[in-house]
Amino acid sequence: MSGRSDKIVPLAVKIVVSGGLGVGKTTFIGAISEIEPLDTEAAITEVSVGVDSLVGVEAKTTTTVALDFGRITLDPTIALYLFGTPGQDRFSFLWDDLVEGALGTVVLVDTRRIEDCFPAVDYFESQGAPFVLAVNRFDGADRFDVDEVREALGLGADVPVLECDARNRDSVRDVLGALMDRVIGVRAAPRRRTAALTR
Amino acid sequence: MNGEQPRDVEPDEDATFVRPFIITGGRSEPLQADLRLETLVVAVGVPDPSLTFERRHIVAVCEQPTTVAEVAHRVGVPLGVAKVLISDLVVAGQLACRQPAELPLPMLERIRDHVRAL
Repeated sequence: MSGRSDKIVPLAVKIVVSGGLGVGKTTFIGAISEIEPLDTEAAITEVSVGVDSLVGVEAKTTTTVALDFGRITLDPTIALYLFGTPGQDRFSFLWDDLVEGALGTVVLVDTRRIEDCFPAVDYFESQGAPFVLAVNRFDGADRFDVDEVREALGLGADVPVLECDARNRDSVRDVLGALMDRVIGVRAAPRRRTAALTR
Repeated sequence: MNGEQPRDVEPDEDATFVRPFIITGGRSEPLQADLRLETLVVAVGVPDPSLTFERRHIVAVCEQPTTVAEVAHRVGVPLGVAKVLISDLVVAGQLACRQPAELPLPMLERIRDHVRAL
């Protein structure tokens, strides 16, 4: 038996993309992934008529019923994977599996249905996992100041909130960069966080 | 968009559909509980010729280090099934997996700098 050690095994890291149904998670991943987000989508008309609320996102015809993911090769030894959480609340039991070991999470928000991101925000806050909130700009949606969104969600001042366009690669890159800054910030001050948790 | 790896199987062949629990021998829990979606697995040594279809397929896919999620996609089985089969193959010595420990701060900064430069 040989070959165990002479193959270069790269590092695979992951970032989770979460948020409500139809908020643009698959679009976000597809904007920057070097592979097409893997085809785990099924036509919503087939799987969820009358089950999933699409008020405000009537134009949506497909949704993610299994996990989808994209890949970005950062350098020859590091691959970054983006995993989208299933949009529907009834699949939230899958989140533990997705989130374990993740660097951090991007929670996408549609200001027309801001309440859809509550389960994701609650979940990642309770996990103490680093996340950023990205407000996806939709045509025809009212624009809100990011501070208004922060206030509406009751987020702490330390959680980054930024606007993005999930269709735009540069915009997605900036969101991921902001998340990495947040991840590093949380990691660099672990003692304070631990102390706060044990109090 | 480049580097896309197509599925190695035709997903729409109803006639060849096999229930997932048949593939795993009725099991739903992997022998190893710590396989994550992004855990890289790689084939080691010479493939055992007695491996059954899906297991042989997984070993072939893992000729290069491949994530658990990609193995599930390329072999065309649900994630839970892939985890059971991969953990069997790790225990049998056909595959090796590497789970990174918590990343050190300099590595996080390196990832951040790469992301910013995308």
